[in-house]
Amino acid sequence: MWVNGVTLQNRGLEDSHRLAVYEASSGYRTLREVLLRPVAPEQIITEMKKSGLRGRGGAGFPTGLKWSFMPKGVTGTKYLLCNADEGEPGTCKDRDIMRYDPHRLIEGMLIGAYAMGARAGYIYIRGEFVEPIHIVEAALAEAYEAGLLGNHILGTGFSFDLHVHRGAGAYICGEETALMESIEGKKGQPRFKPPFPASYGLYGQPTTINNVETFASVPDIISKGGDWFLHLGKPNNGGTKIFSVTGHVQRPGNYEVPMGTPFKDLLAMAGGLFPERKLKAVIPGGTSTPMVAGEVMMDTTMDYDAISKAGSALGAGSVIVMDDSVCMVKTVERIARFYMHESCGQCTPCREGMGWLWRVMHRIEHGQGREEDLQLLLDVGARIEGRTICALADGGVAPVVSSIRLFRSEYEYHIQHKRCLVTTGAG
Amino acid sequence: MLSEQALTEIARERAKYPEDRAQSALLAALRIAQEDQGFLATEVMDYVAHLLGIEPIRAYEVATFYSMYDLQPVGRHKICVCGSVSCFLRGSDQILAHLEEQLGIKVGETTPDGLFTLREVECLGACLGAPMMQVGDRYYENLTKDRVDSILAALREGGDDVG
Repeated sequence: MWVNGVTLQNRGLEDSHRLAVYEASSGYRTLREVLLRPVAPEQIITEMKKSGLRGRGGAGFPTGLKWSFMPKGVTGTKYLLCNADEGEPGTCKDRDIMRYDPHRLIEGMLIGAYAMGARAGYIYIRGEFVEPIHIVEAALAEAYEAGLLGNHILGTGFSFDLHVHRGAGAYICGEETALMESIEGKKGQPRFKPPFPASYGLYGQPTTINNVETFASVPDIISKGGDWFLHLGKPNNGGTKIFSVTGHVQRPGNYEVPMGTPFKDLLAMAGGLFPERKLKAVIPGGTSTPMVAGEVMMDTTMDYDAISKAGSALGAGSVIVMDDSVCMVKTVERIARFYMHESCGQCTPCREGMGWLWRVMHRIEHGQGREEDLQLLLDVGARIEGRTICALADGGVAPVVSSIRLFRSEYEYHIQHKRCLVTTGAG
Repeated sequence: MLSEQALTEIARERAKYPEDRAQSALLAALRIAQEDQGFLATEVMDYVAHLLGIEPIRAYEVATFYSMYDLQPVGRHKICVCGSVSCFLRGSDQILAHLEEQLGIKVGETTPDGLFTLREVECLGACLGAPMMQVGDRYYENLTKDRVDSILAALREGGDDVG
């Protein structure tokens, strides 16, 4: 199978983060071709649409379509942002792209900036990622030095400035408009939409924002063609995708495989389960996506459509594997704590609701659950969903509701017997 | 109030943003001030706001919203153990309990000698290396109790960045 062939293709090279190594492996050749031939900006957007690439940050919006929303002929600066605020539990792919191949990200942003007429950009990296921040900043300095960033890039009329903006610890800043607020030096609270970023983004200017993996896919899509990328995957699910496989597997890791790869093959790549263990459940796209029963996952392929059919979402490709040693109540209590901690506090259903979900989960886990608690959790969940500005709260409801649906008897046992049905492992 | 080096770093961050967008440098300026002063006392936040020509309330809002700012003194080494789900599934609770035992403090506390502050934090984005923790600028992954012991020993001997 074709593994680690696009955004992770240089990971095994020594000093893969250096400009010289990237250029020796055809790096910046696509940008040169685009700027010097030159290729028309519309042609780039057409190839991006053809590729079927969908946003790799979690929402899966078609990238070419998003790029086409950028208005033409506006006054003032248009901005291009990269979302590197990787924080969804289970997600750790952008960190590796930035550590091992920062120039691929920069080249992808340059091609995008040229296609959309953006003059300046920021890479928003979560503040805790000090190592990737230093690597990306060094790569930007190399690119400026080489005339690949700044004024009149490669002697052409195209100019683009790019800087790192460091976050300071807030999951919500991965939401695109919260991220823009954060670059403006404010609390990271999402904006009400519309207006959408393409018309009113950073500093009120037209802005496009994409994930690290999305940008890092661009150079090969433009050099090899949209059709090439599309056919790596399947229709409506073009290309390859990095899956971060974590939890109860023997070789946790980032595996970049074609869309449509069977889950059981991905699991085998990650070394499979531990001896004598059975697959209990999988969270396929990060904790904001509903849990799927193990036996259903074993018959599912890894792509947007198949995972959606299995009742969940591909999200950021963050595959969290749980074997039969886990106590579902304790695990979901832990997940609920995350959302309570990360709610920005702006919308009441989320600010209050995330705390409600965690407190009820906490009392069930600690032997104080009441008979009516499961219905309470479902009721509270239903009153939160769809009633907030951003998707954080829906993401917090998903693990609770989906786990009750799949493992109701385990919850009931906890409530009735004041203890756990599962007696081994992390639970 | 801040060192020359800190002021230079803040000026460099300020230059990343448009002329009329000084507040954009606020997150960076607070981080640099915290690294320089150890934590963000109210006077430090006021000074940062003054440097950028913005109202102090803007600095307080940001400093209280984001988790990486310390409004109270912390130990020389801030140990942040990830407790989110991927780390939890790989035994982060046991790592945290072991740290509490070895340091003689509870989560949220600082050792009497001022050397260590222990925290449990949410996902640090290194789930492949679970369980993991951050100490200062550095990530330590695939933790075991033995590895935690050797990291603590090296930090006690004066290292700031130990393998």
